[in-house]
Amino acid sequence: MRTIRFLLQKEFRQIFRNRSILAMVLVMPVMQLFILPLAANYEVKNINLVIIDNDHSSYSQQLISKITASGYFRLTGYVFAYKEALHLIEEDKADLLLEIPHGFEKNLVKDNHEQLFVAVNAINGTKANLGAVYLSTVIRDENDEIRLQLVEPARFQSQAGVEITTSNWFNPYLDYHLFMVPGILAILVTMIGGFMTALNIVKEKEVGTIEQINVTPIKKHHFILGKLIPFWVLGNVVFTLGLVVAWLAYGIVPAGSILLLYGFIWVYLLAVLGFGLLVSTYCDTQQQAMFIMFFFIMIFILMGGLFTSIDSMPDWAQVVTRFNPVSYLIDVMRMIVLKGSGVRDVLPRLGAILLFALVLNTWAILNYRKTS
Amino acid sequence: MLPAWMKSFTRWPAAQNAVNDMKQLYTFIRKEFAHVLRDRKTLLILFGLPVVQILIFGFALTNEVRNAKIVIYDQAQDVASQQLISKIEASRYFDIAYAVMDRAGIEAAFKKGDIRLAVIFPQGFNNNLLHTHHAQIQVIADAADPNTATTLTSYITSIIQDYIASQEPYQITPQIRFLYNPQLKGAPNFVPGVMSLVLMLVCVMMTAVSIVREKETGTMEILLVSPFSPLMVIISKAIPYLLLSLINVITILLLSTFVLELPINGSIPLLFAESILFIITCLTLGIFISVKTNSQQVAMLISLMGMMLPTILFSGFMFPVENMPLPLQLISNIVPSKWYYNIVKAIMIKGLGFSAIWKETLILAGITLVLLFVSFKSFKIRLS
Repeated sequence: MRTIRFLLQKEFRQIFRNRSILAMVLVMPVMQLFILPLAANYEVKNINLVIIDNDHSSYSQQLISKITASGYFRLTGYVFAYKEALHLIEEDKADLLLEIPHGFEKNLVKDNHEQLFVAVNAINGTKANLGAVYLSTVIRDENDEIRLQLVEPARFQSQAGVEITTSNWFNPYLDYHLFMVPGILAILVTMIGGFMTALNIVKEKEVGTIEQINVTPIKKHHFILGKLIPFWVLGNVVFTLGLVVAWLAYGIVPAGSILLLYGFIWVYLLAVLGFGLLVSTYCDTQQQAMFIMFFFIMIFILMGGLFTSIDSMPDWAQVVTRFNPVSYLIDVMRMIVLKGSGVRDVLPRLGAILLFALVLNTWAILNYRKTS
Repeated sequence: MLPAWMKSFTRWPAAQNAVNDMKQLYTFIRKEFAHVLRDRKTLLILFGLPVVQILIFGFALTNEVRNAKIVIYDQAQDVASQQLISKIEASRYFDIAYAVMDRAGIEAAFKKGDIRLAVIFPQGFNNNLLHTHHAQIQVIADAADPNTATTLTSYITSIIQDYIASQEPYQITPQIRFLYNPQLKGAPNFVPGVMSLVLMLVCVMMTAVSIVREKETGTMEILLVSPFSPLMVIISKAIPYLLLSLINVITILLLSTFVLELPINGSIPLLFAESILFIITCLTLGIFISVKTNSQQVAMLISLMGMMLPTILFSGFMFPVENMPLPLQLISNIVPSKWYYNIVKAIMIKGLGFSAIWKETLILAGITLVLLFVSFKSFKIRLS
């Protein structure tokens, strides 16, 4: 115990001595938490729409005014040929094109059905998908209205009607920040914890001070624990700062138990720090450690379900995400903060993270060699 | 005394100097290559990173929503509700995970975290449908993820309405075509993004760190006191990374063409010319950072936080720039990768020519010139 206390004293002194790094570690996450959710806004609005109205009938005009009134679309062009509209899409001036065919109104009344042609610039998949969804919804509403106008009330009554009521739980106003902030906080904690530990041991290797520790009777697990605990404390500080920022800037207060949230973070930090230590035992220079960490954290973030849903991934990729600690944290953060999930709900994920922590730290201790 | 034939050379000192300079430069570049090639692990990551990223983006990430797990609370248990449920089951967007027996079950399912949507059929659904011509279905979405919730709600609404309204008159069906990217894959959006990200990583971070390391270990002093011009020291540092990043560009393009089947629609020489311009921008950025910092960790943190994050944030390949608040949109204009990203997207995906991207090219060149000027101004021959 005494050994660890001295080691801790040394580590904390080193952390507090390097003011510029310490400031960066504490200020950067706070700034990022302010800026990132503003930037990472996938809420799709202001979709630029270009319309080719070949019909010029009262129905087509009614449809157009309904679309522009919906609030999702901005009418950027009103052209006469498909080619012109496509040109606007090529120049990124329009995202979506709606072509109303000749005789739209006439055919609808005569043949009982009519088609509209919609083309979406799908390079940005999210925007394309939601744009198409919104437009279909508006067209469906318009369809209902036209039907009401066309069918005599008596006949309409004989039609079967289903009213679909939808409700959005946990985020009734569909606020995108609510979705992003917990996820971003998870990423920040991972990055700070992972990078700091990975660089730390390697720096001692590069500067040569690790030799001085290696010749002392300090046990391997003492050394690893001495490195682990300070950054664990630092990680908790960063996480707490993040929660405060989320509360002050975005008004997000965890719906579930804060204690449970911290409990999970405590175990999670052990796992991430263990991973950082493991990387640093394999590296010789800070540059190497930096790049290897960057490589893995990049994969962890991309496969973590922060931006794209894990459900939509192919099966093999879903299996890969089970080995990704970040995906568990992002999940749990959203579960506890937004939905107020309890201990029983997060227990399987907590178990998985505990397993990660044990395996990674044991591996790091085994792989750390006092003799080269 | 010099032999006669050597004297003849001294008559053109300028030429002789030039030859010597070239030789020295060559030697220095060889030294730098030795540095880079010796560090196998970093090299492996440098070449592995683009490959892994392309594969992840190409095969794992998609914006399409499918296989969303849902629960059904069927209080009616009649013909109509069963028919609708099997319709929902048949769609590729939804997987019915299980049926729940009460409202509390729905909440518990959401809290467990793997359910995205719940559909509730009230009692006597079929009866109401047939006799009062008015039945209700309640759809509850897990709006923790707002976009997925919107998409799924719309999908399920259209499935239900298709079922109910297939007999109704006056149908307007929108025929939707997705241009450039029919399967809504992430790749067309991400390949140009990965290119700017990797070039940024190699050129900015590697260059900055490798110069600062010489400062930290003290070898920079030795290089600077040598008769070799300090400017050349810096240039010889940059050249290996220029070549490495070109190899990376080629790898990414080959992978995206042959593995992701995302062909280059525009001119390949133009794409390479623009890439070299962007690489030079990044190298000057790296040199600028190295001039300003003295420790590797600071150089890394600055390149990571100051360069990588803005690239991810503001280039528009992950987050739509037009959704950001105005100050952030303005900031995005000084991020070089934003312009490069737009250029690559225009050439690769849309197959446009130089006339469509001359403005972006000009801006990128302007940024490079400003950076070059600033780093030259602040470059000091003496260390302390």
